[in-house]
Amino acid sequence: MGLFDAILGRSKPPEADLDILFQVPQAVLSLEAQGFTFTGTGGVCFRDVEGNADNLSVDEAEQLVRLDGTATVERSDDSFGFHWLTVTRPGDAPGLCTDLHAVNSGLAQAGFSSSLLCSTVVFTAPDGGPLGLVYLFKRGTFYPFAPRGEQRRDNALELQVRGAVANDVPVESDLSRWLALWGAPHLA
Amino acid sequence: MARSRFRSDRGLTLRMGGVSFGLGLLYVAFGAVLISVFFNSGGVGGGFIALVIVLGMAWGQWYFSDTLALKSMRAQVVEPHQAPELHAMIDRLCALADMPKPRVAVAQTDIPNAFATGRTPNHSAVCVTTGILQRLTADELEGVLAHELAHVANRDVTVMTVASTLGLLAGFITRWGMYLGAGRRDRNGAIGFLIVFLVSIVVYAISFVLTRSLSRYRELSADRSGAYITGRPSQLASALSKISGDMAQIPSRDLRDTGAVSAFFFAPALNRDSVSAMFSTHPPLEKRLAQLAQISAELGEQ
Repeated sequence: MGLFDAILGRSKPPEADLDILFQVPQAVLSLEAQGFTFTGTGGVCFRDVEGNADNLSVDEAEQLVRLDGTATVERSDDSFGFHWLTVTRPGDAPGLCTDLHAVNSGLAQAGFSSSLLCSTVVFTAPDGGPLGLVYLFKRGTFYPFAPRGEQRRDNALELQVRGAVANDVPVESDLSRWLALWGAPHLA
Repeated sequence: MARSRFRSDRGLTLRMGGVSFGLGLLYVAFGAVLISVFFNSGGVGGGFIALVIVLGMAWGQWYFSDTLALKSMRAQVVEPHQAPELHAMIDRLCALADMPKPRVAVAQTDIPNAFATGRTPNHSAVCVTTGILQRLTADELEGVLAHELAHVANRDVTVMTVASTLGLLAGFITRWGMYLGAGRRDRNGAIGFLIVFLVSIVVYAISFVLTRSLSRYRELSADRSGAYITGRPSQLASALSKISGDMAQIPSRDLRDTGAVSAFFFAPALNRDSVSAMFSTHPPLEKRLAQLAQISAELGEQ
């Protein structure tokens, strides 16, 4: 945020940084060593934009992911006006990351880079509950999210995961940015 | 990287830059007149102390803007467990806009409004009234919150404080200049004060008009950024027309109480017809709706 931005107002929205997603398979290995199970499920969350242009580009991305026939794709909406695209590709972390990247770059190509909120990769924690490794596009960082029931999250587990993946992916250091993703379809 | 649907409005940016430049020029010229007159006449300790106090008050107003504005609206800061939906909405908007989360406050008043305040994005607060929470749908409220967050991201409180300090100073001299100058015995000093007094009147008038037009441009700019954050300009447009319609029906006695903070309000809490467009802090509704309609069309382009 420079001086000119302050005087003239923000002239550009923050853009998403997509390529760091390819570092996720390394974090998957680290988490599996700690007793977490990789579920093969991941999701992309993006803002529903007025008009039909965003829906068309999601359709395209969805078809791209379905091409080789091994991945399943589901679309859902949450109560905050965001779309979720859930991709499942069991046991194939690099493949899942490629899928998520394809969906994201499809939306970014169509000009909706500023509407991307986050991507998630889902694990099962040792206690049996879900754990999402969430990638914040605008920050270019990851954080863990472990929902446990209605509006509750397991902070101790999240902090433990932060330590486990710190060497593999950039972790969000500002804890207030660890957005709670209530209503994420694959994190319930 | 791919194309972006976010288009900055060059004309708006230019006008805003022009007004800021004009204000800056006015600052320098006014400062030069003040300094030259004060140094030539000499011995004006009292006047200088008064000026320092005025500037100090402006600084304090800026520094404590979040606390002051919330106090004057009798707004309560709400925690996530008190207003989970409001917080969740703001959380996501902040993540989309990549900005730190401001404090969230609710004011118990039926006037449908919202405002943002704070000296930097890290020391800021967003406040909504219970009136606006009752009247708007969730999507419309989100549009309004995005508009307020855009004010925070654009540092509008700082910009408007700096811009209006000059007017404050000139207004102060206009009001007290005669009183300060009246006690002078020597003719040179009296003439000096007369010059400062007259210049102050002119500076006050010009800076008033410039500050108001700057405020209108900041509003348009916040509408624009807010619409891009949510991707739904029409929801903000709907909220705007809904609230502006409601504003006219509310008795003016309640509304006058809120006059002091109306510059940072979402829609001005004064009857639009009574204030001519040039002196208004907010652009006319038609202009705001037209801009939002254009953004909506651009977002829908294939």
